[in-house]
Amino acid sequence: MSKDNFNKYRRQFLTAATAVAGVTIAPGVILNQVHAKPVNQPVSSANRWGLLIDANKCATGCNDCVTACHTENGVTGYGRPATDSQWIRKVKLTDKQTGHVQTIPMMCQHCEKPPCVDVCPTNASMKREDGVVLVDKHACIGCRYCMMACPYHARSFVHEKTTDQKYPRGKGTVESCTLCVHRIDDPNGAKDPACVDACNASGHKAMWFGDLKDPNSEISKRLKKYGGEEIRADLGLNTGVRYQNLS
Amino acid sequence: MKTPQFKELEGRSPQFFILMIVLAAIAAVGIYSAFLMHHEGHIITGMTNRIVWGTPHVFAVFLIVAASGALNVASIASVFGRKIYKPLSPLSMVLSLTILVGGLMILILDLGRPEHLIDVPLTQFFYNSMPSRWSQSVFGWNMILYTGFMGIVLVYLWFTLERRFNKYTKAAGLFAFVWRLALTTGTGLIFGFLVARPGYDAAMLAPMFIVLSFAYGLAFFCLMLIPAYSWSGRELGDAIVNRMKTLLGIFVAAGLYFVFTFYIAKAYSADAAQGVISFLLFGDNNYSTAFWFGQVLLGGIVPIALTLLPWFKSRGALIIASIAVILGGLSQMYVTIIGTQAYPMPLFPGKVVESVTNDGGIAPYSASIYEILLGLGGIAVAILLAVFAMNVLRILPASLADKDTDPHHTAS
Repeated sequence: MSKDNFNKYRRQFLTAATAVAGVTIAPGVILNQVHAKPVNQPVSSANRWGLLIDANKCATGCNDCVTACHTENGVTGYGRPATDSQWIRKVKLTDKQTGHVQTIPMMCQHCEKPPCVDVCPTNASMKREDGVVLVDKHACIGCRYCMMACPYHARSFVHEKTTDQKYPRGKGTVESCTLCVHRIDDPNGAKDPACVDACNASGHKAMWFGDLKDPNSEISKRLKKYGGEEIRADLGLNTGVRYQNLS
Repeated sequence: MKTPQFKELEGRSPQFFILMIVLAAIAAVGIYSAFLMHHEGHIITGMTNRIVWGTPHVFAVFLIVAASGALNVASIASVFGRKIYKPLSPLSMVLSLTILVGGLMILILDLGRPEHLIDVPLTQFFYNSMPSRWSQSVFGWNMILYTGFMGIVLVYLWFTLERRFNKYTKAAGLFAFVWRLALTTGTGLIFGFLVARPGYDAAMLAPMFIVLSFAYGLAFFCLMLIPAYSWSGRELGDAIVNRMKTLLGIFVAAGLYFVFTFYIAKAYSADAAQGVISFLLFGDNNYSTAFWFGQVLLGGIVPIALTLLPWFKSRGALIIASIAVILGGLSQMYVTIIGTQAYPMPLFPGKVVESVTNDGGIAPYSASIYEILLGLGGIAVAILLAVFAMNVLRILPASLADKDTDPHHTAS
């Protein structure tokens, strides 16, 4: 085999190998465009995950996001709403002046400056680099100071023994919406949190999930075009969850 | 005025043993209640996701505030140089320690996962020691303030009891005084820093807690001192009792002034605080009853009358006033801690808010027996440890008769 031929075969082999590798990796890369993080790398502050909720599209009487969240995360209750965990809840708002009725889902607002993180004595309450606010159940002492500090009643204390766990939960610790962090961290997982999937499946399409730092993400484009407000904006917490058409 | 002779309580009478057994039994029942709360979960308490701090916190915060106040007598002697209080200093220090232990016991046993506290030294003293990670948690600061307080008061006590180190007592006393002010500031700011809740969110809660602590601590002190002397047959002169009586009245009056200013400032503001204040003070609920009858009447007006009006001269008046101050203090904590949580947070102004978790409504709460027993257990532990300390340590002067204590005493 001449040297030219050898180089020709070598080029062909490398091209083919690259193509095979490309085909193999591509699905992961394409999915990662959404999650922007290979599984073996730490979360990065290049992303900030958030939710956008259109109050006009959220249907009165629909509870699909709540059911989906609690099914996805194994949050089971005992039919005692005052003490059962509520990672997400539907809130009905009636304007005292006009009588206008709206419903919205409320959950952890994933603040940029979360009061729950500030007050936690054990650093169990924490905010990831990508803006997701979580509780480390192994460090939580169950003092509930974060629940006192949260302006949104977004956190629940596990008052009773847990059953059918899917992700770590524990009696005597505090928990709240994780933005389905297990999905964010799984490059092959679903694109959106369970609540958003359920809202889309119901046909209401009132919720969007995405990267607030990516100007091309659907959530950023919508926020830029239509705006979006924070609940208790007076506190200056810069929430990752925004609402539209809240009037 | 003689140099006081300190003597242990003999503690051989059947009454003494009965007292110790009763206190130990109350403490044991309290601890067992906490065990049940951990076994079953907080579902057996009256607490919910809306009322996250309940009756245990009422007792715990009251005791922690009273603990720093119990150190007053020692501070008055060593920092402000009032010699008549000097013989009472060791009891004052011991009591501040035991009351703090009782309060912290309740707080720790109420935690959902107290065993996770093992992580705290790592986070508060090591990981968070880097300036970039200094904790913003008032609870985190308080863990340092509470443990530091115990260490400082122990040293203060040691310097007071060990004659060789008496020359350092004043310095230790000043340090302990400054530390106890920081401690009660920290306790007040647990609530003062809760910016999301208009019923709290006020720096004034810190000085208010300090002034309230003066009265709560002194009331506790009187309730330990007078029976200890009366039951052990030791002499306790009017000079010291009357001074404490007047002091208690002044402290209670100062506390009422702070409470009045706090609420009037909140009520005057044009923001969401008005709603919660009118709920607490004028609502048709237990909290307004506890405020007017518990905190103001029982914890304020009654003890002021009993201590400052000239008609009540007996020692019993001081005892009743002290009990009233403590009951008033527990009422104050009930209103401040539970009442303020019961009122909904201002999430959506101008809207009626309804949800499965009762977002817009008043959160119901009734204390369960386990919570009350845990709280009483903490008080029992505080008293039990104090009585035990009087029994084994020389912290009580053999006589507090006027001739032994009053620098202005003249034999009649």
